[in-house]
Amino acid sequence: MTIKEIFDLLKNRFENIKIYIEKFEVGEEYIVVSPDVLKQILQEIRNNPRLHFDYLMCISSVDDANGEIKKDENGNKIIKGGTLSLYYHLYSTTRNHKIAIKTSVDRENPAVPTAIDLWKSADWHEREAFDMMGIKFEGHPNLKRILMPYDWNAGFPLRKDFITPEYYNDLKIPY
Amino acid sequence: MNTINEKDNLLNNKIEYNSKDKNFYFEPGVIIAKADELFSWARKSSLWQLTFGLACCAIEMMSTSASNYDFDRFGVIPRPSPRQADVMIVSGTVTLKMASRIKILYEQMSEPKYVISMGSCATCGGPYWQHGYHVLKGVDRIIPVDVYVPGCPPRPEALLDGLITLQKKIEKEYLLKEKNDNKRNI
Repeated sequence: MTIKEIFDLLKNRFENIKIYIEKFEVGEEYIVVSPDVLKQILQEIRNNPRLHFDYLMCISSVDDANGEIKKDENGNKIIKGGTLSLYYHLYSTTRNHKIAIKTSVDRENPAVPTAIDLWKSADWHEREAFDMMGIKFEGHPNLKRILMPYDWNAGFPLRKDFITPEYYNDLKIPY
Repeated sequence: MNTINEKDNLLNNKIEYNSKDKNFYFEPGVIIAKADELFSWARKSSLWQLTFGLACCAIEMMSTSASNYDFDRFGVIPRPSPRQADVMIVSGTVTLKMASRIKILYEQMSEPKYVISMGSCATCGGPYWQHGYHVLKGVDRIIPVDVYVPGCPPRPEALLDGLITLQKKIEKEYLLKEKNDNKRNI
């Protein structure tokens, strides 16, 4: 199925939910949903026999940096408001079609429901998104840092306003 | 006939063997050498390497160990226990998370121990020098380094050259003499 057909199927299935297709300047089209209905949509495309997306290829997190840019007392750039985005890349091994789903969460309190009960591979992808961007996945059984040290307390490194700390456990970080 | 004559010569004559600043005297069945020089010669000829790799440099290190370049020619064999290893080749990016582990491994090695810093990452942070929030900018910030091998990653020839440099350094060490000198000073 093409993304258009998948979109129409979802649109018929959930009549009062707002979803739409978006396309960036380059790359493939993707379906945009809001985070409060994300779980419903994922459940549907996982379990509907016509769609049957049985393989979660990747969860990417992106800092949109579309909030208000301010300076703190030390002159460092900080971003207030705006969104962080999650992209779910899914593939169906039986139907041989794929899709990308985007959802944008509030930057100040980013939280989405976990997808670990639908795809086991969501476990580490969600931990990585939490580690790098600080997005909380509600219902995740083991949501802790995966790449950075467990006692890292200097923030989330892939956010656009991240500042590299001077020291980590007596180790100097800057060159 | 020739070979027999040479053998006779070997048995009957004392042969002097000069290797730069060292003198070994070969007599039939007896080798005379300074204890310090003999020990350092033995130590440099069997450097056992602590088995671990951190990044893409480790692939080059493995290829140096393999048959084409053959680390074993120089007496280097990988050793899985730090207690039995003589040299640690830090091959790759030292992340902050890994740094404490490397320090523990170094402390577990028995003296005398040596460290080769292989590649740009281990030497100075390499490509992560500016935006590497997770990288220690040089392994020499946590453990002392004997030889630095530049390159990203260095070719096996470069690592071999670094190893030979380390061997030359070990040749010049006089551990027994230093020990006695220290005793006298006390």
